Parts: sequence; C-alpha cells; structure tokens
Amino acid sequence: MFGFLSLDLLLIAAVAWLVIGVAGLLAPGNTRFIAQLLFPVGAAIGIGVGLIGIAALGAPAETAVLAIGLPDLPFHLRLDNLSAVFALLLGFASAGISVYSAGYFREGKGTAPGLLCVEYHLFLASMLMVLLADDAYAFMVAWECMALSSFFLVTTDHRHDEIRRAGFLYLLIAHIGAIGILLCFGVMTGGAGDYRFAAMRAMELTPAWSSAAFLLALAGFGAKAGLVPLHVWLPEAHPAAPSPVSALMSGVMLKTAIYGLLRVSFDLVHTTIWWWGVVALAVGLATALFGVLYSTVQSDMKRLLAYSSIENIGLIAVGIGLTLVFHAYRMEALAALALTAVLYHCLAHAGFKSLLFLCTGSVLHATKERSLGKLGGLIHRMPWVAWLALAGIIAGAGLPPLSGFVSEWLLLQGFLFSPSLPHPWLNMIVPVAAALVVLVAALAGFAMVKFYGIIFLGQMREPALKDAHDAGPWEKAGLVWLTLVTVLLGVLPSPVILRLDAATRQLLGAGLADTLREQGWWMLAPISAERASYEPLLVLATIAVVLMVTRWLVRALYHGRVRRGSPWDCGYHFEGPRAQDTAEGFSQPIRRIFEPMFRMERHFPAARDKQPYYSVKVEDHFWHWCYLPIARLANSISAMIVALQGGRIAVYLMYSFITLLLLLLVARP
Amino acid sequence: MISVSGLIGQVFAIALALLLAPLLAGWVGQCRAWLQSRSAPPLLLPYYMLHKLFNKDVVLAHGASSLFRAAPFIIFGCMVLACAIVPTLSTDLPFAPAADALALVGVFGLARIFIALAGMDVGTSFGTLGGRREMLVGFLAEPALLMVFFTLAMIAQSTSLPTIVETLAHRELVIYPSLAFAGVAFTFVSLAENARVPVDNPATHLELTMIHEAMILEYSGRHLALIEWAASLKLYAYSCLGLALFFPWGIAPGDDFLALVAAIPLLVLKLAIGGFLLAGIETVNAKMRIFRAPEFLGTAFMLAVLGLLVRLLLEARV
Repeated sequence: MFGFLSLDLLLIAAVAWLVIGVAGLLAPGNTRFIAQLLFPVGAAIGIGVGLIGIAALGAPAETAVLAIGLPDLPFHLRLDNLSAVFALLLGFASAGISVYSAGYFREGKGTAPGLLCVEYHLFLASMLMVLLADDAYAFMVAWECMALSSFFLVTTDHRHDEIRRAGFLYLLIAHIGAIGILLCFGVMTGGAGDYRFAAMRAMELTPAWSSAAFLLALAGFGAKAGLVPLHVWLPEAHPAAPSPVSALMSGVMLKTAIYGLLRVSFDLVHTTIWWWGVVALAVGLATALFGVLYSTVQSDMKRLLAYSSIENIGLIAVGIGLTLVFHAYRMEALAALALTAVLYHCLAHAGFKSLLFLCTGSVLHATKERSLGKLGGLIHRMPWVAWLALAGIIAGAGLPPLSGFVSEWLLLQGFLFSPSLPHPWLNMIVPVAAALVVLVAALAGFAMVKFYGIIFLGQMREPALKDAHDAGPWEKAGLVWLTLVTVLLGVLPSPVILRLDAATRQLLGAGLADTLREQGWWMLAPISAERASYEPLLVLATIAVVLMVTRWLVRALYHGRVRRGSPWDCGYHFEGPRAQDTAEGFSQPIRRIFEPMFRMERHFPAARDKQPYYSVKVEDHFWHWCYLPIARLANSISAMIVALQGGRIAVYLMYSFITLLLLLLVARP
Repeated sequence: MISVSGLIGQVFAIALALLLAPLLAGWVGQCRAWLQSRSAPPLLLPYYMLHKLFNKDVVLAHGASSLFRAAPFIIFGCMVLACAIVPTLSTDLPFAPAADALALVGVFGLARIFIALAGMDVGTSFGTLGGRREMLVGFLAEPALLMVFFTLAMIAQSTSLPTIVETLAHRELVIYPSLAFAGVAFTFVSLAENARVPVDNPATHLELTMIHEAMILEYSGRHLALIEWAASLKLYAYSCLGLALFFPWGIAPGDDFLALVAAIPLLVLKLAIGGFLLAGIETVNAKMRIFRAPEFLGTAFMLAVLGLLVRLLLEARV
C-alpha cells in the first residue's frame, strides 16, 4: 500500500491522534473548534485504523523497532492478526464514539474542552500502542498511559466528591492490575532479563512457572476487564465518566484487557494446562452471573450498563476458559470455535454497549437525569435515540437477528462438544456450565427490558421530561454508525468470521474458514450444515416479509382504522405516571428469588404510617467481604503506627537509639 | 439443495400452522369446558373471534407509541418463523437451516421482549406488572428449555431440528431414560411459556394472577387479533415441537409426497390427543402463586439437567 506497511500506517494514526489532541490545546476554550473539527477528524482516523486492521488480517506479521525508549531497550512493535482484530475493533468503535462526542461535549464546569481533547486522543493512541507493543516495557508504558488518561477522563467533572472517589478507586484497581501484569511479564522472561515478547515466546517455562504466569495475567488483566472480585471500579467509574468516555472504556478499553489475556495465554506461554481453562470458566461464570444479577437491580441507568459490561466480560472469560480446555487437549478445531465466539463477542459488545452508553448520554443531555425512577416515555420526545437503542438492547439481550446472539450461539455450540473431552468428570461438568450461560443470557434480557422499558416507554414520570429533545445531528450520526455495526455483525456473521479466521489460525493453528467457505455467505454453520446452522439474514427477512404481508393483507381485507382513547387498564383510569413500576419495583422478583446474592438495606412502611415510605438499597457483597476488611486493616495498622509518633523529639531519639542497638546486636560479625 | 417439493411442503406447513393453530386453541378450550362440566363453546370460536377483532376499529391509548403498533406484527412474524422451522409434517424444510434449536429459543425470546415492551408502553400499572412477570417466567424457562435441547442435541449429534427428529424417529427401540427426563421438563416449560395453568391462566383477568393478559390489556382490534393468533401459533409450535421430539413417528422423511399427505391426519390426531391432555392438566391443577413459579420451573430445570447427566453418564456409548 504506497510502499507503507500497515504497521507504519497505524503508527501514523497513533501520532495523528496525539497531534489532534495537542491541537486542542491551541484553543483550549473554543468548544466549536475542538468538538466540530478535531473530534470528527479523530473519527476519520478511527475509520482508517479499522480499515487497516481489516487489511492486516491474514497478512504476515510486521515488526518495527522505534528509536525511542530506554537506551538498551527501544520500543519493539509488532502487528499480527490478533492485534489486527483488536485494532479494527478500536478503530470502528472509536469512530462512532468520536463523531458522537462532536455533538456531546459542550461548555461545562469540568475539564476545559482543550484538555479533554488531549486526554481523549491520548487515550485512543495509547490503546492502539497497547495492541502494537512487542516488548514488556512498551506495553507497560502504553498501558499506564491508557490508565492515566482514562482516569483523567473519568474525573472530567472533578468538582463532585463522588466522581473523584470513583476515579481514585479506578486508579487504585488499575494499578493493582498493573502489578499483576508486570509480575506476569517478569515470570515469563524466566529470569533471563530479556523483555522482548519474541524472547518470551522462545522461553521454555516449567508448568509451575507457566501456571504462575497465567494466573498473574488472569488477575492483572482481570482487574482491568472487571472480573470478580476486581470489578468494583466499573459500576463506580462508568456513571461518573461522561457518556462517550464510558462508551470508550466499556466498549474498547475492557477489550484491551481481553487482548492482553489472549496474548499471554495463547501466544507468549507455550504450555496450556487443562485446569487453567476450568479456573477461567469458573471465574467467568461467577462474573457473568454476578454482573447480570446486579445489573437487573440497579436504579441508575449507567450503573445498570456497567454491571451488564461485567456480565459480558464474564461471558468472554467463559469462552476463553472453554478455548483453554480444548486447547489443552489439542482439540484445536473446537478451540478455534470457542475462540471465534470470544473474538466475536468482543466485537459485538464493543458495538452494542458503546451504542447503549451513548444513548444514555443523549438521555442525560436531554433530561439531566440518570435515575431510572425519574425517566419514562422518552420514545415520544426522542424517537431517534429510542429506536436506535432498541437495536442495542436486542443485541445486548443476546437475541437474533442482532450481533449479541451470534457469539452466544457459537459459544453454546462449543459447549455442546465438551462431552468429547478426554477427562473423566470435566466432560460432565462443562455442559452443565452451559445452563448457567443460558441463565445469564435470559437474565440479560430482563435487564435490557428494564433499561429500555423504564427509560423510553410508559408515561413520563416527571413533568420536566416534556421538554426533552432528541439528539443533535452529530450524536445521531454516531449512534447510527454503531447501530449499523451492530446490525451488520448480527446479520452477516459468516464474512466476519472468515476474516477472524486468520487470528484463530495464528493462535491455535485452526479456524472455521474451511467449513464456512463450503457454504453460502449468508449461512453460519461452523462444523457442518447438518450439525448446526444459523442464517440470521433469513430470520430477519422472514420476520420482515411476514410483517409487511400481514400488514398489507389486514388493510386490504379489512381496514386500517385507528381511534385514540384513554387507556383501558381494567377500568382504573385515574392512574398517573406514579402507578407504573419504578426501577426498584421492576426488579423486585429478582431481589426476591436471588435474595442471598444481594446485600440489602430495606425499609418497609408499617400499616399505620401517616407518611409511609419505602426504600431499598442494594449493595455489593464483595465490597463488604473483600474491600472494607482490607481498608479497615490498613486503617488499624496505620493507627498503630500513629501511636509510635508521639511528637516528642526525645522519644524519637530513643527509637533511633534502640534501632542502633538492635542493629549492632544483629549485625555482629 | 432446495427441492421444489421441499418448498411446497414448507409453504404447506406454514399454511397449515396458520389454519390449525386457532383450531387447537379452540379444541383445548372445548375439552376444558367438558372436563369442568360446563357447556362447551363452539370449536370454531377462535376463528369468529379473529374475524370479529379484525373488523373492529383499533382503539389506541393516548400514550401509545409506534413501538406499540409495530409489536403485534413483529410477534406474529416471529411465531410464523417458529412454525416454519419446527418439523410438523416432514423433515425436508428449506427454512430449517435458518435457525436451529438454539436459535429457535432466541426467536421465542425476541417475541417475548417485544410483547413485554409493548406491555410497558402505555404506562399503566397492569402493563408493567405483566411485562415484569413475563420476563420472570422467561428467564426461568429459557435455561430449562435449552437444557432439554442440549440433551437431544447430544443424542442426535446435531442442533438442527430436522436432524434431531430424523435421528429420534429412526432409532432402534432403545429406551433413553434421558428422554423421559427431558420430556417432563419440556412439558413444564411449555405450560409456562404458553401462559397455561399452573403458571398463568389464559381465561382470567384477575389482577393478581394475570401475566400474559396483563400485557395485552390495552390492545384492541387487529392488533389484538394478531396477538391472539400469535399466541395460538406459539401453542401450536410448542405442541408440534413436543410431538416431533418425543413422538416423532409419522413425520415424513425427506421429500416423500405420499408420506407427507399421510402425515397430516396423524398430526391432527396427535394434536387432538395432546390438546385433550393439556386441558386435563389445566383442569386438575390450580394456578399457583407467581412466586411458586420459580420452584416449578426450577424443577423443570433440574429434570432437564438430570436428563443431560443421565445421557452423559449412562448412555454415552449407546
């Protein structure tokens, strides 16, 4: 391509993002210049990155060495098929989000637009560099840039206490994760001190050290991705951040952690042991179930989506676990099936979750309200956002014919093969895990109906909602783009999987392309048409044709008359909007059925209360089981240390004297 | 690949489903009345109802959005698709590759989401109550249904419905204990999914007990007609699915035209018996409280998982 390698083009894109960011500082207060010129240019670069990612799929790996870095360790870069998949995800998802941001960021009280522009584009560029890094040093530098820039983006509205707190929590857990990753790289060098990934690939580790590396990677990347119990930052940081930032973090940044986990466990470490897969499967299932249950009981729309992201990351981890199990027994074709499901779910989730987060942004702009209990009926005022969000929730609920279903279908197909595993009890436990995956998918439907029904349908719960307005042209463009991605990923899985084949082939030496090529492009049959097939285009077309024909026939044979009247509602027509389910009411069945899963503080009104009130507060068990004890321990240790500090110089001198004596005793020759 | 006779058979199966589904609903209603010693409504009552409803004006509530008006058509489309996929008469179905057993569950799920959203759209207390309960029943029933399909898919080594049915129809007379578990679980799930006693009662408008009826309270005219028709199509699809999976004899293999013709009376007979049994179940059971539904469907789920484990433990070499 014009004598340039794809890797060079991606580097140029990263630099261009940085330049755009810095350009924002030229006129830090000029919102029009920054939002409507710089952000769209950033979106165009995003599309370019996506296209280069597509072009690089199937091409041989490209490497480069940059002149910057440490004196004896310059930055090594490499673009292979796995990076290309995630680069295309980053490019296409960020394009929609940047276009949307052009309409979203306005003058506010928080960070100045120019600074925001720097942070935003630094965030994009560092995510791209994470994907390209080919040595531990470059990777960690990019990883930290990503963490820091996103921290500043989360705390855009830094004048609020709780937003600052959420930001610090995020920063803390990001760094706990970074320590895990750093140690993991340390283990993988095998003590040789060569931090290039190429050296790690060549290193033969003992099974024990390989396992240590894998577990450290799972913990380190899991902290970024939001695996239980390191998920606590997600539901705090997402509501705090501006919506495009939430979209970028949830849709793209979480996937860089998945990228890292895949890179370590399938590329850098050679041996795979079956119980790694079981660990990933168990953690993934716990995360998915936990995430979806909590997402159904949330009252804040962005928290709901944050927990739903935890659920989706859990499903991705389940897929990785299944891939590891198959890979450990050298059943590469099946491992490729599960890995395809993982990669597809990454793409699908990037599309629909970004879309949904951006929709909450439009709702937030139009109503200044994040609490579900104060929304409702917005489909009448915001038809564009409402109809586009509908595509998002159908994909999010994992239903045909949109994107979320394809990956869940592939994952379940993978589970159906697990009885062929040559392990005496594993082959019985794993199929049952599929039941939990289905439960999670069905509960996700519940959460999505709650999200959509309470925000967009019904009567408006507050009078102020009458003034809500639809999204502006830039916002609409971003939403339409992401909807398009969601629909296309949903109805045309086969062409996409043919491209993804290069990545699975690189990691596992097997792919689905050979079987898919035998069938038509409209058909998804990963093993054979007799075994299982799914044709989303036909599903969509049938429903659409039946819809049209029925509509036409009913009108032709009967009539199309419509009258308007008051709702019937069994005759109780005095009901106001308050009689509808609140967010808490809608999830009451879940709280009741899964009561032990939640930590609830409830207040019920008594029969004779003059002013009865009801309240329920659902809290995270992990917060009370893991984090508060650690915080208390830290507090009590520091309290003990405070006791040493009396503030009198004589006491301090005595401490030095005693230390000196002890040292003399210990260090006697 | 797609034969002409297969296409004819497909169109014929869809037409038969559209035609027979209200009749099945009418037949169940009639049997119920007999068993409860009431005088029975006419067998063709559902057709009169549909005709009457199509003739009536649609009265839309003031707060109804366009989603509310589109939903009945979408739900109807989903159910027609479901009926096209389920092998009712023959296993030579050009539509069958569109969706296997797992995708069929997804199609039902899509219809469920739309009906729940439509229930919430007008913003009445009953509508949201119905939507919430429908999603509750849905997330309890779906895993059990999937586990049933998993068991069958492991027996047939395929998730494609025609392949499963062909495998089960042509097996030697070996008794699969796993199929018994799966069959009971499937019956439980079908009762819940089709809003029948003991989970829901299609004949009630009592506020405390409604699920399905609560969601469609605001519908009228052609919209209501389509929803009622879609509900009967769903019952038909589930019945045919149960018959095809657990009593697959008589379904025409491939494109045998005579077998196809012979399959029709057999199907009607099987549906008549199935409908009578359904009415029997509905007569001897009382509707349970909504919060007993998790126990009921949890039992179904456990039975389905047992079926799967039995399959893996005992029958792995059969």
